[in-house]
Amino acid sequence: MSKPHVVIIGGGATGAALAHDLSLRGVQVTVVERGEVTSGTTGRHHGLLHSGARYAVKDQESARECIQENMILRKIAPGSFELNNGLFVAITDEDMAYRPAFLEGLETCGIPYKEITPQEALAREPNLNPAVKAAVEVPDGTMDAMRLPLRFLATAQSNGAVVKTYTEVEELLMQGKTVVGVRVRDHVTEKTYTIGADLVVNAGGAWSGKIAAMAGVHVPLQPSPGVLVAVYGRWNNMVLNRMHRSGDGDIIVPQRTLSVIGTSSWVVEDPDRLEMKKEHIQLMYEYGAVLVPAIKNAKMRAAWAAARPLIGSGGAHTGRELSRTFKCFDHAERDGVEGFVTIAGGKATTARGMAEVTANVVVRKLGLDAPCRTREVVLLPHTAYYRRRW
Amino acid sequence: MATVTFKIYRYKPGEIDPPRYDTFQVEVEDHTTVLDVLEMLRLDDPTLTYRHSCHHGSCGTCGMLVNGKEVLACVTNVLALKTKTVVVEPLRNAPLVSDLVVDMTPFFEKYEPIGMPYVRASEYLPHSQPPEEVGSYMRFENCLECALCLSACPVVATDPDYLGPAALAAAARVVQEPRGQDVHGVLALVDNEKGCWRCHAAMECSAACPNDVNPGGMIMFLRETLLAGKHK
Repeated sequence: MSKPHVVIIGGGATGAALAHDLSLRGVQVTVVERGEVTSGTTGRHHGLLHSGARYAVKDQESARECIQENMILRKIAPGSFELNNGLFVAITDEDMAYRPAFLEGLETCGIPYKEITPQEALAREPNLNPAVKAAVEVPDGTMDAMRLPLRFLATAQSNGAVVKTYTEVEELLMQGKTVVGVRVRDHVTEKTYTIGADLVVNAGGAWSGKIAAMAGVHVPLQPSPGVLVAVYGRWNNMVLNRMHRSGDGDIIVPQRTLSVIGTSSWVVEDPDRLEMKKEHIQLMYEYGAVLVPAIKNAKMRAAWAAARPLIGSGGAHTGRELSRTFKCFDHAERDGVEGFVTIAGGKATTARGMAEVTANVVVRKLGLDAPCRTREVVLLPHTAYYRRRW
Repeated sequence: MATVTFKIYRYKPGEIDPPRYDTFQVEVEDHTTVLDVLEMLRLDDPTLTYRHSCHHGSCGTCGMLVNGKEVLACVTNVLALKTKTVVVEPLRNAPLVSDLVVDMTPFFEKYEPIGMPYVRASEYLPHSQPPEEVGSYMRFENCLECALCLSACPVVATDPDYLGPAALAAAARVVQEPRGQDVHGVLALVDNEKGCWRCHAAMECSAACPNDVNPGGMIMFLRETLLAGKHK
């Protein structure tokens, strides 16, 4: 019997992790991505391997997902992270007032932590604001935004998955109320062709609303961009976070020879038109300098914007009020459209978990009895992704 | 705001073949990069293909020639080029796929067997005290695997079998900080006429490198290591 065929739309973190999961469960997978892999939101994210501490007070579902996935990723992707841990630091009296709720949240969500003295914090991070009043260490880390998904894709390819880049979906093929494939345009040749599928998964991230609309269904997705600024030099070795309710410019992620300050948050309708907010660059410098005063004079390497794919309905203004958790929509149950599943929301840190939940839905719909194996299977190195041939 | 003319190399096998240049007038601001311009142009012309991912010079995918020089488009400020016309072309010494996209497979065929670990010990803030569980601070390697060095190398241009500056620099890193890798095996891969002895020391690789790998210097380090028998 031949394998069932699933087309995944989107070559970002979610599509990559899902391709890996389904390939391990005996599904023939084709990933279609309109540009280079990870060229949408994934490659542009902050590079933070979340411990979940950032969400421990206000978004505990997301916090629990983060700590669980953080621990799994360390096992399945060794060598892909800067594992220097993170510090949450209180600088102001207001931050100190947040501390009890923060510690309680870490306990509730099962996030390992250790409170250290301000002196210890300064010994670890000499550039930290000397006004530091309290510091809590958590298992944050730094990831390479592109190379972790490449490991998922490389491993998926080794298990038979096909990744088609520069391949843009122009139409979902329908038979009545069932999605039976996609019509794509190959931007290398500008030829169009169809790919049949037993099931199509929309993993379009911030673009998944546009893709769902091709099947006449609505997903409550709110593209929410943020500005990030990379400066030269590692001003800290651990990830530094403000110990307060999540706000703008309150995380500095050291990465390679850079420090990345982020981020801001607003909402847009069209993820292709992000309109870089120049004034946010200055804000990142200002807020970043509250954590590390020397950042103020650090030379900028780049500033850019990336669109988070947040689940939410109308009414969001900044995106901060929306959860970072994810949702899998089976459009048969929800909209009466068969053969079509959307996975939306989430974070790069939780991509594997998102894929597991989605693949559970997919294999059930395909009538397969195949358990998830991605918690244990160690991924191939990112360089293996390029073993394919055009 | 200023208006700049962009001349962009276009090629699609069987479609735009032979290649041509498309010309656009583009409004740019102080902070606009070459990658920003490509992103703007693609809104009107979705057939324009180029590689990109991180937008801050960390992933190494957006390597291309801008005014004939190897750069990462995402950290190349347009106005800082100080030219009225900006010419954008694909990297040299790599198979062309489409427009500005080159095939990275040959790069990784030479680079992957070296097996350089992707993390290294961090040299930043040397007197800071790492947490107990961390042991010592680590960071990602400098090499972005962008292939700018191969594009700039005159030897790579004439000898397809030459291992090339990126793989040789990776080998030197394994010698400097093995992290469990087989140093003797790696030295055997580079100690031959297609390895570190093939380099003519033009040092174009080091000039092109966007992240201070200094491949030319690393090749000289490999030669010194081999000549001095320091690895024995």
